[in-house]
Amino acid sequence: MDFTFIPLAFGQLLSPQTIGFALAALGLAVHFGFGGLLNFGQAGFMSVGGYFFAITAVKFGFPFWLSLVAAIIGAVIFAFILGIPTLRLRADYLSIVTIAAAEIVRYTVQTPQIAPFTGGSDGINGSSAAFDALNPIPPGRYGIAPLLYSASDLWIIICGWGAVLVLGLLVWQLMRSPWGRVIKGIREDEDAVRSLGKNVYAYKMQALILGGVLGALGAVVAIIPTSLQPENFGTQTTFFLFTIILLGGATTVLGPIIGSIIFWVVLSLSDGILSILVTNHIVPLSTVQQGPIRFIIVGVALMLLVIFRPQGILGKKRETYFSV
Amino acid sequence: MSDQSATTDVNVNVNDAKQIYIGDVGPGVKKRDPILIADSVTRTFGGNTAVNVEHVEIPRNMITALIGPNGAGKTTFFNLLTGFDKPNSGNWTYDGQKLAGVPAFKVARRGMVRTFQLTKSLALLSVMENMRLGATKQKGENIFRAMLPFLWRDQEKANTAKAMELLGRFKLDTKKDDYAASLSGGQRKLLEMARALMSDPDLVMLDEPMAGVNPALTQSLLGHILGLKDQGMTVLFVEHDMHMVQTIADWVIVMAEGKIVAEGYPSVVMQDQAVIDAYLGAHHDVDLGTLTGQLAVAEDIDPHLVEELREEVSADPELAEELAEEQNRTEQ
Repeated sequence: MDFTFIPLAFGQLLSPQTIGFALAALGLAVHFGFGGLLNFGQAGFMSVGGYFFAITAVKFGFPFWLSLVAAIIGAVIFAFILGIPTLRLRADYLSIVTIAAAEIVRYTVQTPQIAPFTGGSDGINGSSAAFDALNPIPPGRYGIAPLLYSASDLWIIICGWGAVLVLGLLVWQLMRSPWGRVIKGIREDEDAVRSLGKNVYAYKMQALILGGVLGALGAVVAIIPTSLQPENFGTQTTFFLFTIILLGGATTVLGPIIGSIIFWVVLSLSDGILSILVTNHIVPLSTVQQGPIRFIIVGVALMLLVIFRPQGILGKKRETYFSV
Repeated sequence: MSDQSATTDVNVNVNDAKQIYIGDVGPGVKKRDPILIADSVTRTFGGNTAVNVEHVEIPRNMITALIGPNGAGKTTFFNLLTGFDKPNSGNWTYDGQKLAGVPAFKVARRGMVRTFQLTKSLALLSVMENMRLGATKQKGENIFRAMLPFLWRDQEKANTAKAMELLGRFKLDTKKDDYAASLSGGQRKLLEMARALMSDPDLVMLDEPMAGVNPALTQSLLGHILGLKDQGMTVLFVEHDMHMVQTIADWVIVMAEGKIVAEGYPSVVMQDQAVIDAYLGAHHDVDLGTLTGQLAVAEDIDPHLVEELREEVSADPELAEELAEEQNRTEQ
């Protein structure tokens, strides 16, 4: 039997995909966990950020920092488009609009008419060139087999986790400031906050923008070592993100980060284990069934988690005593 | 402010502090020193007119009670004045400034702060965080300054001290680190009122502050409301508890079917036939725990009921004795 999947699964601990989802989940925690904004289109923010980054980098040849700024601007514009009509309405409307908007983005970028620009359904390759040009690490192989990293792998991992650290600290600081208090107050009852003289609409918009920008930056980290694929930003991605924040604790800063690590390690491990069980005919499943089965396992695990530990791994137990 | 000029150019005896109104008492009477003046405010829901107030003035530094039967439009009127609902027509000024069409959060910033009939405590914030949220002009509430704690730390300390002082007054200081969700209904009413006071308002609008509060707490709440007046605030409250209205209100405004039907001093308004008919009911001061009280009410409802009651009393010697005793007492 081949057990290399075990170290490879633990490679997910550091992988850019984990980083990308950690950042996007942190953004979703700002929306949903802290601000009570039911955003079902975080994948849309990721997608917009990814496309703004990749298009400016590949098609216009922007330097890395400028492309990064473009990704942020894209997320801000997207937040305004979604927020202006819906943030004055009840929370449910935002969720409907966001889930639809994320799908609109995913289908729009694949239309053949704008394919020269967006790469159609093939997506965009090579957006990492400008980023790799900044890499100070000498070429070579780093790490212990089978976990070997190239210089560019190592570069994105270091920068990615650096970004998680900085942005995590930023969100942590914001949430313990008076600004964060207003945001949490809005989650509890926005009319009460309004009656205390706070411009609720402006605060909700700020939270939507902040979380959206985190999603866009997450997408940038995730696409740099691979390529931009429109199908990676479907509704499934949003639900992965919700799984991650519920797993880690939606009203914490570390929760989404730890949640993302656990999610990807467990998903990878379960895939490896199932693969061994299937190829050795220990369980009566075909290799075709193997893929969906692991998501069934993830789903069951999430249900058990929500039933027995609704506050997530890092959330405070006493918060759930009063949940309605 | 304009209140000084308003008082000097009318010919009234300004030395008489008890004199609240000018001219004849009646719905929409002019006040000597109004803080809030509303004109032809209407709000309809479909074909149903919820509020239709022609003219009303709220006297400054007084406690005004807004009473009326259920569905009279009291809470809707509250919502309109505070910007939580938009009127179909109408104008109102607060401290001489036009306030119609101003959004709710700006109304609060101008010093007119309200509480809600259904208490809105922020459940998963601690009592202290609830209080701090009430403070206005916080530097740290700007997203960019929020990232730099040294810009707002001192202000936060001052707000915390102020909150502790208020919590102490409302007997909530021992609960400061608990979630607001863990408080009882009455304590949440207290918290909501204390939180509103964090903003140093000029006009406090309380929507049924006594609903669901036990008698002992009612007493202390009454004291707090009277205290607000002593500190120079104006209070406007909606309440069904007539005892409270009689005890603390300086002025009473009665609403029915969206209109102001009566105004006046509490003791006078309670005797007004229109108020008794619309709201209090003919036997509002009758104790239904006594036999004489029950007989008096029964007389109004159905003569047969009186006969039945009398038969019941005569059949039971104990009850007959009780009735005789009660009648003796009332005669004395």
